[in-house]
Amino acid sequence: MNAVYVLWIRQLKRYSRSRARIVGSLGQPLLFLVALGFGFGPIFRRAGAGNYLQFLAPGVIGMTILFSAVFSGIELIWDRQFGFLKETLVAPVPRMMIMIGRTCGGATVSLVQGLIVVAICYVAGFRAASFASWPFAFVFMALIAIMFTAFGTAIASVLSDFQAFQLVMNFLIMPLFFLSGALFPLNGVPRALQIVAAVNPFAYGVDGMRVAFGASASQFGAVMDLGVLGAITLLLLGVGGYLFSKIQL
Amino acid sequence: MIRVENLVKKYGDFTAVNDISFEVDQGEVFAFLGPNGAGKTTTIKMLTTLLKPTSGTVEVDGLDPSISHHEVRKRFGIVFQDPSLDDELTAYENLELHCILYKVPRKVRKERISKLLGLFELWDRRDDQVKQFSGGMKRRLEIARGLLHTPKILFLDEPTLGLDPQTRNHLWAHVQRLNREEQVTVFLTTHYMEEADRVAQRIAIIDHGKIVAQGTSEDLKTRTSTQTLEQAFLALTGSTIRNEIAGSIDQMRQMSRMWRGGRR
Repeated sequence: MNAVYVLWIRQLKRYSRSRARIVGSLGQPLLFLVALGFGFGPIFRRAGAGNYLQFLAPGVIGMTILFSAVFSGIELIWDRQFGFLKETLVAPVPRMMIMIGRTCGGATVSLVQGLIVVAICYVAGFRAASFASWPFAFVFMALIAIMFTAFGTAIASVLSDFQAFQLVMNFLIMPLFFLSGALFPLNGVPRALQIVAAVNPFAYGVDGMRVAFGASASQFGAVMDLGVLGAITLLLLGVGGYLFSKIQL
Repeated sequence: MIRVENLVKKYGDFTAVNDISFEVDQGEVFAFLGPNGAGKTTTIKMLTTLLKPTSGTVEVDGLDPSISHHEVRKRFGIVFQDPSLDDELTAYENLELHCILYKVPRKVRKERISKLLGLFELWDRRDDQVKQFSGGMKRRLEIARGLLHTPKILFLDEPTLGLDPQTRNHLWAHVQRLNREEQVTVFLTTHYMEEADRVAQRIAIIDHGKIVAQGTSEDLKTRTSTQTLEQAFLALTGSTIRNEIAGSIDQMRQMSRMWRGGRR
């Protein structure tokens, strides 16, 4: 248990010491919020769909957590290249514990990033429906964070070099984000796109957050959101843990 | 303590370790020598659960590292050939993390860390991030970390590479003390023959993945009718220079460049 704690703390320390990473990773959500939020706002309103910023903010918060979580998981490749991974792999600690410690650390870091973006959204004019929205939204944020950190860890356990990282980003993570309904409402889009979103776990995370914040009507239903996210998070933790335990150096 | 029989490791067509057998007794200091790329590190990886053998038997304290990984991991400590520190953490934090992973009791943790940091003259720099350290300091820290807990078997993979004579002396004195007082079995590799000659009770020489000779230093010298271990080593392995497949440091630099360039 101590091992989980120390690996968790390690990740937080690394994060807090890397100011460039904190600031750098906020650039993209800020751009999305400003360019899309304010750019498409008037059209959205004229189409009778309400306040676009209110709609977009949960998507941008989700995006921040998604990218940051996958990145944290994939940091494993980094540790492999720089050797630190060896130190943890030969330690008399079950690998599952090491994987859990890493995942908790990565998830916490991406959750913190997400909360910073929440604050930015708030400054931009985003408002939650009620005070009770926050804990509910937090649960969804945490689930997205854990799920995608485990996903990143699983991927990094099989990949051993950075070239593949771009591949993962462009062919897995970008589609997960753009085809999730984070940027546009899913009702009314072509059937094919709706089906793609329905098998995209990230879509349930964003939908869940929207429900929590009272930002828009739910696409899948809050219970469904929670169930799908919970189940896939457990699955990915299992798969990630298994692949991690099979790493050879 | 360690028993290896007909051990083979293949990477595709390349055979890194080719049918080697040897035994290391409890409480022994055993040196595993060979030119670059001979298969030393690959063998250590198989002994320390990091790599699965292609075929053959490995036993560490009577256990198979590829099956009872967890039990085997409880029994050894290791100083790796290449870096394995966390650069973003401080020297102290690196050692503390190691103590926690290896369940060094909280009470003795502080005392041991300060003792080893003192021994390797890093105490003044304990709160600096490792990325600010010179190569030699990182190496010293790495060794200090490897000695924090007292394992049954200690693997030292070229521990003295890049160390000054002072630190080398401290290291071997400490290792010999562990061996004498705590009966720690030591398995080491080095390119400095006089070190092996001084500390090891038995020596095996590996070349091109095969063990070409094993025995005491005296045995090897008599067999090759040479005066020093270095001469014996050269007589057994020839004098051509070997290339490793890819220097791990170079590979890492390349990766690091790509990473910085390729990030978003």
